[in-house]
Amino acid sequence: MQPNLTHLRQLEAESIHIIREVAASFERPVMLYSIGKDSSVLLHLARKAFYPAPPPFPLMHVDTTWKFREMIEFRDRMAAEYGFDLIVHINQDGVEQGIGPFTHGSSLHTDVMKTESLKQALNKYKFDAAFGGARRDEEKARAKERVFSFRTETHRWDPKNQRPELWDIYNARINKGESIRAFPISNWTELDIWQYIYLEQIPIVPLYYSAKRPVVERDGMLIMVDDDRMPLNPGETPEMKSVRFRTLGCYPLTGAVESEAATLPDIIQEMLLTRSSERQGRMIDHDQAGSMEKKKQEGYF
Amino acid sequence: MSHKSDLIADDILGYLKAQEEKSLLRFITCGSVDDGKSTLIGRLLWDSKLIFEDQLAALESDSRKVGTQGGEIDFALLLDGLQAEREQGITIDVAYRFFSTDKRKFIVADTPGHEQYTRNMATGASTADVAVILIDARKGILTQTRRHSFITSLLGIKHVVLAVNKMDLIDYDQSKFDQIVAEYNEFAKQLNYSSITAIPLSALRGDNMIEPSANTPWYSGPTLLAHLEDVQVEQDAIEKPFRLPVQWVNRPNLDFRGFSGTISSGRIKPGDEIVVTASGQTSKVKEIVTFDGNLDEAIAGQAITLTLEDEIDISRGDVLAEAKAKPDFADQFEARIIWMHEDHLLPGRPYLIKMGAQIANAQISALKYKVNVNTLEHVAGKTLELNEVGIANISADKALAFDPYDKNRHSGRFIIIDRFTNATVGAGMVNHSLRRATNIKWQEMDINKGARAYQKGQKSAILWFTGLSGAGKSTVANLVEKKLHALGKHTYTLDGDNVRHGLNKDLGFTDADRVENIRRVGETAKLFVDAGVITLVSFISPFKSERQLARSLVEEGEFIEVFIDTPLEVCEQRDVKGLYKKARAGEIANFTGIDSPYERPENAEIVVSTADQSAEEAAEIIVSKLEEFGVLGTWFPEI
Repeated sequence: MQPNLTHLRQLEAESIHIIREVAASFERPVMLYSIGKDSSVLLHLARKAFYPAPPPFPLMHVDTTWKFREMIEFRDRMAAEYGFDLIVHINQDGVEQGIGPFTHGSSLHTDVMKTESLKQALNKYKFDAAFGGARRDEEKARAKERVFSFRTETHRWDPKNQRPELWDIYNARINKGESIRAFPISNWTELDIWQYIYLEQIPIVPLYYSAKRPVVERDGMLIMVDDDRMPLNPGETPEMKSVRFRTLGCYPLTGAVESEAATLPDIIQEMLLTRSSERQGRMIDHDQAGSMEKKKQEGYF
Repeated sequence: MSHKSDLIADDILGYLKAQEEKSLLRFITCGSVDDGKSTLIGRLLWDSKLIFEDQLAALESDSRKVGTQGGEIDFALLLDGLQAEREQGITIDVAYRFFSTDKRKFIVADTPGHEQYTRNMATGASTADVAVILIDARKGILTQTRRHSFITSLLGIKHVVLAVNKMDLIDYDQSKFDQIVAEYNEFAKQLNYSSITAIPLSALRGDNMIEPSANTPWYSGPTLLAHLEDVQVEQDAIEKPFRLPVQWVNRPNLDFRGFSGTISSGRIKPGDEIVVTASGQTSKVKEIVTFDGNLDEAIAGQAITLTLEDEIDISRGDVLAEAKAKPDFADQFEARIIWMHEDHLLPGRPYLIKMGAQIANAQISALKYKVNVNTLEHVAGKTLELNEVGIANISADKALAFDPYDKNRHSGRFIIIDRFTNATVGAGMVNHSLRRATNIKWQEMDINKGARAYQKGQKSAILWFTGLSGAGKSTVANLVEKKLHALGKHTYTLDGDNVRHGLNKDLGFTDADRVENIRRVGETAKLFVDAGVITLVSFISPFKSERQLARSLVEEGEFIEVFIDTPLEVCEQRDVKGLYKKARAGEIANFTGIDSPYERPENAEIVVSTADQSAEEAAEIIVSKLEEFGVLGTWFPEI
């Protein structure tokens, strides 16, 4: 039986509905752009939502200064190609204090350069709604988060006190200073994202494709030596390996996987045949049970 | 394994092609932890290969630490997201789970089953097409089963799976299964389901979950997964009349003006005639614009942008509809409401309602009754508390476009927002609109208003006497009625004060009560008009909006506003009832003319004053005006 709308077309329509609803209901929305594959899909959906007009909000990248160089190149290329309004925010206090993952550890680095930096940027530009690319299938704590997720004036999320969300009707009422995070691709899975990228031929950062890259093995993770800020331990020599990334973040915190997958179908095939979830490559989840939930409460996206 | 691994390995392009044709099913699972709900969902995720090895490792270690299966894998632990809940061993919110097979992608709303979480279940049910209702085979149909069934039916779910779980604990006894099914079918007669599929299961052991079980040779129906893959949820949204709630007006430049939204029901093609529900303006669809090119046709569920042949005024909140099948458009309607907040519902209190992209101020004008979610009994009540369900009349400050929810599940649904805390305090589904003649199918009478008035040799009308207290309204109205009576006309007078002794004796003087007071008087007058009677209403009615409300109830030409324009000083000097004196002394608050305004009519049909004229003269002027308007002459209706 041929469905009237396939699952991807239904997901697409739902996301567009959410994006339009946010744009119509808030004074200063912004789309957080993390440069990853989910962000690429989100941007694509935003372009669809308002075609032939450009999206009526800017994109913002919270730059920790430790992103892969290829990510930054991709970001700037996309901004130029699609002509969207891009804001890049860096926590200058953190830069002045020399905060970095190697010197201060992943937890403090993420807190200062990502969580704090995001709050700084939202306050600075007075954004009252921020689109994010989080998905409910990523992590248990996300499974319950609303599509319109309310944040207090201090950007806190209260998981016990969320607004009920029925049908496709979203409560957009906030008081001054409060804001929402909007998650248009809440109901997509990793597989949906990849299938959609394939179907729609959405450009993604080349780091997702396998290539020979210099890596060292550390704590069971393959870390790519992306620039000379990476201190090598005694005896460590970067090796050229065929690797790719299933998730993208700060290069010192993101593990590569050995792979020969050089095309989208290869990637999808690999994903379906291997049995480890995509967030495994992120150090941030491994700290302690429920760590993502704690981070979210504090304002990590 | 539900994904065909062979195809993935051998022909990934073929696999991807096949995946593009998948459909989507959203379902809700209802039951408590004890019924094995989390185990059931956990197993569906497990068997569709959605659990990865690192998650499995975490699951194994969690199962040893806090598991309830004696160290064996506890599938339930996969699901409980929030830390506090995990420790308490209960799920307290709505969590969404995802899995897919080669045929379908599934979104599961996983909600708690206790009575104190009715709101969560309603939330989960709102987007689901199928409800899986879990029953512990040892316990049979419980109060919670009835509650879960009622709530899912209330939210418009048509397809139910009765998952009779833990069959292993009753030795797969067919007679007990049949008994449960028979009892459920009997109970479900009062609900609005179109299909009920009962399946004997053991989620823990895997019986009839994915593969048919050897333990139930007497059962020949589908397994749970097979049923979920094949169940036909009505595609009837597409067969309903076209509705497009406008979310966004797309105006990149002066040459393009598009109306964006998600088609909630029906289908649309270029050239189709549409109507803007609120204004009644019509036009034809010029193009269906999308990023991927213009479409020849769009159907329910698609997010599109329409351009029209004509330049007509349309903004966010408007509903574009099929010109030949317009939705209801009313400011008053009856709805079923689920209350979702600790602060009780207060009839008369102003709330916001959001219905699609339409937002209005509204109040619950009357709570008709509450429904006990366990027994389905109707109970009288003045408020709704958290998790209670009731039937109420809602009165909005502007008309809204909708279809009754039972007719079109993608319309007629709304959330209720507290105007001060911004919390979502309730949700509602429209049963039907109230009052507006355009919506209510009037009982067609052979003897109609025109026929009745014709018999009396008159045209029925309302003479609405407005003016300050002491202006002479009642005096003049009394004289006018005498004169009309003498002319052989059939009349009746509704006096503001007199009505408060009877029909409206339950109403006070708050703003809400004042509005209700006027509404009742207006409705009563309207009935007299329908009876063919010339109806005189004597009422201070100081606010323009109140008089407008009364005017809007009857047809054009039937409402004749008579302004008794006697100045305040004169009225106060007369002070027939001694009220001005009391008001000046501060003994009466909100007295019109003293500390509450009187909004003068700007376009009254008749204006007289008892300061310059005698009451007798004023009455004569009015009667001659009525003659001029054709009220007194024989009016030939189209019978």
